[in-house]
Amino acid sequence: MRNPNQERVGVYVCHCGSNISKTVAVADVTEWAAQQPNVTVARNYEFMCSSLGQELVEQDIQEQGLTRVVVAACSPHMHEKTFRNACGRAGLNPFLFEMVNIRELNAWATNDPDSATSKARSMIRGGVERVIQHQPLEPLPVPINPSTLVIGGGIAGITAALEIANSGHHVYLVEREPSIGGHMAQIDKTFPTLDCSACILTPRMFDAGNHPNITLMTYSEVEAVDGYVGSYRIRVRKKARYVNEELCTGCGLCIEKCPGKTVDEVFECGLGYRKAAYRPFPYAVPKYPVIDTENCTYFQRGKCRACQIVCPTDAIDFEQQDEMIDLDVGNVVLATGYDMFDARRIPQYGYGRLANVFTSMEFERIVNAAGPTGGKIVLRDGVTEPKSVAIIHCVGSRDKNYHEYCSRVCCMYSLKFAHLVHERIPEAEVYNFYIDMRASGKRYEEFYHRVLEEGTHAIRGRVAEVTDAARGPDERGKLIVQAEDTLVGKQRRIPVDMVILSVGVESRHDSSALAQLFGLSCDFNGWFTERHPKLDPVLTMSEGIFVAGACQGPMAIPETVAQGAAAAARVLSHISQGTMMLEPVRANINAVQCSGCRICNNLCPYNAIVFHDDTQVSEVITALCQGCGACVSACPSAAISGAHFTTDQVMSQIEGILGDIIPLELVTA
Amino acid sequence: MKYSYYPGCSLEHNAIAYHESAMAVANKLGIQFAEIDDWNCCGAIEYIAVHMLPSYALVARNLAMAANQPDTNRQVVAPCSACYLNLSKVDRYLADSPELSSKVNEALAEGGLNYEAGSVHVRHLLDVVVKDIGFDAVAEQVKRPLSNLRVAPYYGCVVVRPGFREQVDDPEYPQTLDYLMKELGATVVDFPLKAHCCGGHMTQISQDVALELIRRLLQNAADYEADAIVTLCPMCQLNLDAYQENVNRHFKTDFNIPILYFTQLVGLALGLAPEQLGIGKEFVDARPALARIGQQQIEVGKSDSGSSAAAQARKPARPGRSSALPMPRMPKENER
Repeated sequence: MRNPNQERVGVYVCHCGSNISKTVAVADVTEWAAQQPNVTVARNYEFMCSSLGQELVEQDIQEQGLTRVVVAACSPHMHEKTFRNACGRAGLNPFLFEMVNIRELNAWATNDPDSATSKARSMIRGGVERVIQHQPLEPLPVPINPSTLVIGGGIAGITAALEIANSGHHVYLVEREPSIGGHMAQIDKTFPTLDCSACILTPRMFDAGNHPNITLMTYSEVEAVDGYVGSYRIRVRKKARYVNEELCTGCGLCIEKCPGKTVDEVFECGLGYRKAAYRPFPYAVPKYPVIDTENCTYFQRGKCRACQIVCPTDAIDFEQQDEMIDLDVGNVVLATGYDMFDARRIPQYGYGRLANVFTSMEFERIVNAAGPTGGKIVLRDGVTEPKSVAIIHCVGSRDKNYHEYCSRVCCMYSLKFAHLVHERIPEAEVYNFYIDMRASGKRYEEFYHRVLEEGTHAIRGRVAEVTDAARGPDERGKLIVQAEDTLVGKQRRIPVDMVILSVGVESRHDSSALAQLFGLSCDFNGWFTERHPKLDPVLTMSEGIFVAGACQGPMAIPETVAQGAAAAARVLSHISQGTMMLEPVRANINAVQCSGCRICNNLCPYNAIVFHDDTQVSEVITALCQGCGACVSACPSAAISGAHFTTDQVMSQIEGILGDIIPLELVTA
Repeated sequence: MKYSYYPGCSLEHNAIAYHESAMAVANKLGIQFAEIDDWNCCGAIEYIAVHMLPSYALVARNLAMAANQPDTNRQVVAPCSACYLNLSKVDRYLADSPELSSKVNEALAEGGLNYEAGSVHVRHLLDVVVKDIGFDAVAEQVKRPLSNLRVAPYYGCVVVRPGFREQVDDPEYPQTLDYLMKELGATVVDFPLKAHCCGGHMTQISQDVALELIRRLLQNAADYEADAIVTLCPMCQLNLDAYQENVNRHFKTDFNIPILYFTQLVGLALGLAPEQLGIGKEFVDARPALARIGQQQIEVGKSDSGSSAAAQARKPARPGRSSALPMPRMPKENER
C-alpha cells in the first residue's frame, strides 16, 4: 500500500443547486472533511461542474500542490470525465481522481438530513482512502480500420452507408433479402406528404448499389463477430443465388421462363405470386435474380433447367455454394429494422378466417400500383370494390396482452389509408376506430384534419371483435365491427365490406440472436438498447457498434433517416480520429502467479482471454477487455488484477466507508 | 388414481343426459371418477350476489370434502360450467384472502370440516378429456366417425374466460372443442359466436333479452348450416334446446337445431349406443341430424336456404388461376 502521508488530497463537495444541499449539510461536511488526515483542502461550491467549479480544482492542484482529487457530487456517469479532464489540464494524471456519488446514492435516496449528512461523510472518507491508492494510468490507443459494416439494407442502412461512402470511406452493406430497400420499398405512399415511397427511395437504392465505396452484399447474413472497436473481423455468409453475378445482365429471361410459381410471403405479404427464379420487385437492387430452391422444379425434381437453357450469358449455376467471406472493419452499424405484428395472434379480429380482413402491410400492397391488384382497392375476390372500409388502430400495440408500447406509425398510416380509399373510391365510407389519435409530428396534425374533412368517420374506441355473424338483414354478407364508442358511451356495430388491421411493429423475431453475436443488450421488447436514450441514441454499450432506425424502437421514416445519418457521423468521427483512446480500466494477468487453471477463459463475456498452450498461462487481450472484473474476482490464485479496481483500492474504500462504524485499526487488523 | 367428480344439480335433473354420457365416455376412455359423497349445490350464479359469505362456505364445503376423499388425485372434475366457475373461483378467493378463508373455515368447522385453499385442482370435463386423455388417444378409439355431421362448437361464456388458476383456452376464440370434434370426424363449421352468452338465467328475468341472445346463436349456427350445436354446459344446452320453440314463436322463425353435449358426440364416435348417452332426452329431436352421420357428402352452400351470404363469406381455398387474392397462411390445423 502507498504511504498515505505523502499524498495531498483536495475534497470538493457540490451543492448541485439544491439537489444535494437540500438533504446534505454541505458546509458541515466540508468543514469536517478539511479536518481529515491527508486532506489538504476541502471546499464546497454550488455547481462543481461549472467552469468556475472546475477552475477551483485546477487552481488548487497548481497552487496547493494537490496530488489527489475527490469530488463529491453526482454519478460518475454524468461528470467523471469532466473532472478527469480538469485534473489533466492542471497537470495531474486524470486517474488520480475519484468521484463520490452523494446525489443519486444519497441525497435523492432519503429525506432525512441527519442520516444523509452522515452517509456523505462516510462516502467521502471512502473516496479519500481510495484515491490515495490510485495509480496514474494512460489511456489505451487503438487504431481504427476505416472500413465500416452496415447490417440491413432498409432506408436506415442505406442512409448510413451512403453518408459514410460519400465522405470517402469504404462500406460493406449486408442485407439478408435478395434486394435492398426494406419495408419502405413495399409501401405505396408516405405520410403526411403523400409522396410516392418508391420514387423517393429508388434513387437512394440505386446510389447505394452503384457507389464505388460501397460493397453491396445482398442475400447475405452475418454469422460470426470477432474483435473490438477499430478492428472487427466479421464473417458473412453469402447465400447461393444460383446466378453468377459476374455474368448476369439482369435481363430477366430466366424469371419469364421459370415455371415454378409460389405465393410471395415476403414482399407481397402473401397477396401476390412470384416465380422460383425471382427478383422481389421490379426496381430491385441489385438486379440479379435468385433461385429459391424450395420451389424450383430442378432442385425439387431434378429436371427443368428452363432458366439455364434460356440464359443468354450462361449465368445460371446450379452448383453454386454458400460463400463465407471475412470482412475487416473498424465500426459496425446495425440497421436491421422491425417485423410487423402477426394479426393471427388476435383471433377475435378474424384475420386468416374472414376473407376480407387485411393487415396494413397487405393493404399497402393492394393500393400500390406495382402490387398484386395493380393499385385497385378490391376485396379478397380480386374484383369487388369495397363500399365501406373499417380501419382498426392499435392492433397488437398499447395492449398489455401483446405490446404495451405505442407503435407510433399506425395512427398516421391509418389516416393515410383513409385518404387513399376516399381518393380511389369517392363514395366509400371509411371508419377509423382509434384509442387516441397520435399525430405528433411535423404536419401530422394538419394531415389528420385534412382526412377528417374528407369525410372519414373517426370512432374513439377499441374494437371488441370483427365478425360475420349477422344479427339482421342489414348485416348479412358484411363484416361487422363491434366497438364501444367511448365519446358517445354506446356500443356500435358497423357493417363494412373490408377491414384493415393497423398492426403495430415489433422487434425482429431474431433480434436477440444478433444482439448476442455483438454482445449488445435488448430491452424487454427485443429492441436494441442505446447507450443513453437522450444523449447517446445511436451508440450501444459496445464501443464501435451503432444502431440506427427501427431496430431500436418504433419510428417513422424521417427519424429513421436521421438516425442513419447520425450513426454515420459517429462512425466518421471515429475514422477521422484514426486512433481511439480506450479507458485503461482493464484486467491484467500476472503470468508468474497464473496457475493455468483456465477458469477465467470461459468466464469472460467478451472472449478477451486467451490461453497460451506453450507457456500454460492465460493472457488478457487488453483491447478486447471491457474491464468488467469477472475474471479478477474468479481467479483462485489472485493472479488477475483490474487496473483502477485493485484489491488495495477497493479495500481502502470499504475501510474508509466503515470508518465511523468500526475503528480503522480493527478493520485492517 | 381417480378424479373427484362433482356432478352438480343440473346433471341430476335437466342435464341427466350429460351425466349419463359423461359416465359412459369416461368409462370408455379409462377415466375413473369418484363422486364426492354428500356434495351440495354450488349456489349457481345468483346466490353469490345475495349472500356472499354463505355462498363461499357452501362451495368450500364441496372442496373440503373433495380434499378429504381417499384415493383421488386431488383434482375435482365438474362437467357444468357454472359449477366449474364457482369451485375454482372460491378456491382462488380463499387463497387470496386469509380473512375470508378463516371465516369460511369457521363455518366449515361446524360440520367438522376444514379447507386449505389450493389443496384441490378444479378442472372442467372437456379440459380433462383433451389434456389428460389427449386428442390422439380419443382419435385412436373412434369406431364410428361422425362424417358428414356439421357441428357448431359452442363454448359459452364461462369456461374459457380468464381462469382463476389456469386458462383453459383463448377467451375470445377458443378452439379446443373444434379440434376434438374434428378428431371425431365431424365437420366443424365456423361459429363466430362460440364464446358469446346464451342468456343464462335471463330467461327467468327478462325473457325478451334472453330470447334475442338465443336467437343470435341459433341464427348464426343456421347461417353456417350446422346440423347440431355441441355444448359443454347444461345452462347453454337448456336455453338453446328448451327455448328454441319460444324463439321460433317469438321471432316467427323455424329453427330446428338439436343441441347436444360434447360427451354425447364423443360417445357416438366411440361406438356407444345412443341410449347409453341419453340421446332422445332433448327437446329438439337430434335423430334426424344424427341420421346424416356417414351419409354421402351433400354439397352445402348450394341450397337456397336464405343463408347463401354466409356460405359466400366462407373462406375460399388458396385460389390458383383466378384473380382472387390468396388467403393468409394459417398454422396447420393439426398443429394444436
